[in-house]
Amino acid sequence: MSAEQIRKLIVLAAIWIILILAPYWMVPLGGYTALATRVLVLGLAAMSVNFLLGFTGVLSFGHAAYFGLGAYGTGLTLKFLAPSTPLALVAGMLLGGVCGAILGTLIVRRRGVYFAMVTIAFGQVFYYIAFQWSSLTGGDDGLRGFSRQPIDFGLFKLDILSDANTFYFFVLFCFALAVGAMGFILRSPFGRTMIAIRENERRSRFLGIPVERHIWIAFTLSCFFMGFAGALYALVNNFADPRGLHYSQSGDFVMMAVMGGMRSFWGPLLGAAVFVILQDYLSSITVNWMSFVGLLFVLVVLFFPRGLLGVFRRSKA
Amino acid sequence: MTQLLLFNVTNGLIIGAFYVLMALGLSLILNLSNVINFAHGGFLVIGGYIAYAITPYLGFWGALLLAPPLTAVIGLVVERALIRPLYGRDPLYSLLLTFGLAFMIEDGTRFIWGPQGKPVTIPAFLAQPLSNDLFFITGYRLFMVAVVMVAVTLLFLLLRYTRLGIRIRAGTLDLETVAALGINVQMLRSLNFAVGIFLAGLSGVLAAGQLGLEPTMGTGLLMPSFIAIIVGGIGSLPGTLVGGLLIGVASGLTAVFLPAASEAVIYVMMAVVLLLRPRGLFGEEGMMS
Amino acid sequence: MNVLEINDVTKRFGNLVAVRDVSLNVAKGEMCAIIGPNGAGKTTFFNLISGFFPPTSGAINFDGRDITRLATHQRVARGMARTFQITEIFPELTVFENVRIAAEVAGGYRLRPWINRSEKGEIHRRVEETLKLVALEAKTDRLVGELAHGDQRAAEIAMALALKPHLLLLDEPTAGMGDQETFQITQLIRRLHRDNDYTIVLIEHDMRVVFNLADRICVLDQGRMLAQGTPQEIAANETVQAAYLGNAA
Repeated sequence: MSAEQIRKLIVLAAIWIILILAPYWMVPLGGYTALATRVLVLGLAAMSVNFLLGFTGVLSFGHAAYFGLGAYGTGLTLKFLAPSTPLALVAGMLLGGVCGAILGTLIVRRRGVYFAMVTIAFGQVFYYIAFQWSSLTGGDDGLRGFSRQPIDFGLFKLDILSDANTFYFFVLFCFALAVGAMGFILRSPFGRTMIAIRENERRSRFLGIPVERHIWIAFTLSCFFMGFAGALYALVNNFADPRGLHYSQSGDFVMMAVMGGMRSFWGPLLGAAVFVILQDYLSSITVNWMSFVGLLFVLVVLFFPRGLLGVFRRSKA
Repeated sequence: MTQLLLFNVTNGLIIGAFYVLMALGLSLILNLSNVINFAHGGFLVIGGYIAYAITPYLGFWGALLLAPPLTAVIGLVVERALIRPLYGRDPLYSLLLTFGLAFMIEDGTRFIWGPQGKPVTIPAFLAQPLSNDLFFITGYRLFMVAVVMVAVTLLFLLLRYTRLGIRIRAGTLDLETVAALGINVQMLRSLNFAVGIFLAGLSGVLAAGQLGLEPTMGTGLLMPSFIAIIVGGIGSLPGTLVGGLLIGVASGLTAVFLPAASEAVIYVMMAVVLLLRPRGLFGEEGMMS
Repeated sequence: MNVLEINDVTKRFGNLVAVRDVSLNVAKGEMCAIIGPNGAGKTTFFNLISGFFPPTSGAINFDGRDITRLATHQRVARGMARTFQITEIFPELTVFENVRIAAEVAGGYRLRPWINRSEKGEIHRRVEETLKLVALEAKTDRLVGELAHGDQRAAEIAMALALKPHLLLLDEPTAGMGDQETFQITQLIRRLHRDNDYTIVLIEHDMRVVFNLADRICVLDQGRMLAQGTPQEIAANETVQAAYLGNAA
């Protein structure tokens, strides 16, 4: 194994050790496990956005819609269908992914800022539906009345409902699955075509890559991941929020990816951690935290566009 | 029934006029500089609040005359300081920047003037309805539509006959060539931005008189402006004009038969347009692709 | 059988006729050079062949089949590869990675989430062969964006070759190059033509390259095909001389 590969393995191991031990090192630092769980889920969402944004180079700004759809899918399943957490997770993921697949066909016909505008507008449709269809979704108040169910494996039970740590590890497991799949795809020949499209769309086309089709596939995949993240998020608070579908939530996810470093695989997770902690802190000390978040956006874009991990020029999955 | 229809269509046209004013400004900035100005709603709010601040001293007419240009000046400063550095880069960054700016403006106005709505007094004679039957056609609403019409006409005249206007149009088609001709492209973008913000500020003054003034009022108009541009066709100002009116009227009409769907219908229209004619009604093939 | 048959293609942009009633047949193994003054329609002609846009009228046959309405990526899949006047490569990937993508797409792996060891080996071999062909094997791990202009062009040609094309379209391959690099590329193209039997159509301004390499020269002027023939015939052709060559050749 080359020195480069060894270095990568060490970094990877370090990341996972930090994540696995989070409930233990967070508490002495003044944190709490639920915060870590939130960071994981939002980090997954940011990584899903980055799957499209950083690795395919496609400017999708309405992605929160699929996150929100995942949350509602999960909540509705738990509330009306069956008290089964795995089923609810799958349902949420499917809802987000399938809607993404369908809308994707309309969206990929254009690129650049037009694409961004259309993704935002479509995302807002779902926000609007969640808001208006209050008999089903609870409208402005959000969807309540469901909770994550303990998982029964026959031999033992995973009490993810009342034990914060157990839930954290459950989420970490799901995170690992999703992130593993993402990494796997990015290293595959298909993943390389995504990067090719980002690097030079014209050349990709002239190599025989049907660019629109590949973008649609990448879009759909990222929507499935988003839906999965949203599904997990609903479980975090036992609550699904229409604001999770709003384009400002999309903006938050994109900002997390940018802050962490768009060209790196783990960057968005780091960006999510920083963003969540900052936002939590700001909203606790001032009522005008919104201006500060806005200021953060402006400052990062002007002075820090490569993000924290973006300092390393090339980072592979 | 006809009264209801008339009421809603008129409402639709008036709202449509608003969408047009907002969307045109947004479109101008989008076409020339490739920037989606998320803060456009914020500038509308700024325009409204400046009007509110001026009215006690200069009255409604003073506010109407002064607030838009003042807003445009603020826009100019913002463009110069914050947006200009981003022109060469990925459009993602200007998107994020204007996005953050929108937050700052909304919260900033809330900080300065408080979260409650503020009343803006309009001249008494305008507040009168035209007749008892057509009670919903108040003088103010007619006035608003008139102002929009004047503004739009002036805009098109500016674009067609003035040097600035011609350069803006040329720049929209091929900015590189315009630069190669020795025209100061930085200045062009700034002025174009200022014109767009002027329109946003004007919308703000008008909206303040009609809807009342509060920090969040800009965001409600932003999405329909987007959709007006998408439906009308990116790159086409006449298209944006038509798009805005169309969705306004469609919204109004739907309110007659299916009130709950009146907001949703504009999204449906967008979806239909994207399915059948992705470039929009008047859009040009290859713009923004 | 002719690899490429272009029958009376015309391309109109509004009122501007960029290409007018041009016909061309390219036989297997032939090297055909397209020359002409600036604005003659050479690049538009190339764009028509490679599928950038469809012709206003006329037909294009490739390997005996009608491809007039096919999109670019479909033509590439049928065996057409193209390079560009301004090199189109993946600047932030290595030479190896650039050519690998081409090889993977050509091998039909573009949608695969996974390739097994033997497939991987086959791809690697193909990439190495191609890099050897263009003499870049010493630079496989360099970022293409950092290479000298001539090497970038060679890398671009390598990507085209990795597609195992039936037809190579080279758009001004020596554009922007000094004498040394021009020599390097010209040698490469000659090798590809003579030793490896590639069918090549190229646009060129450098007359030394054209007259040294081409089996056949086509002269375009103002969208029309002015003359076609061997280098000797073209050099002797008075109309061509008047329009383009002056007294140079």
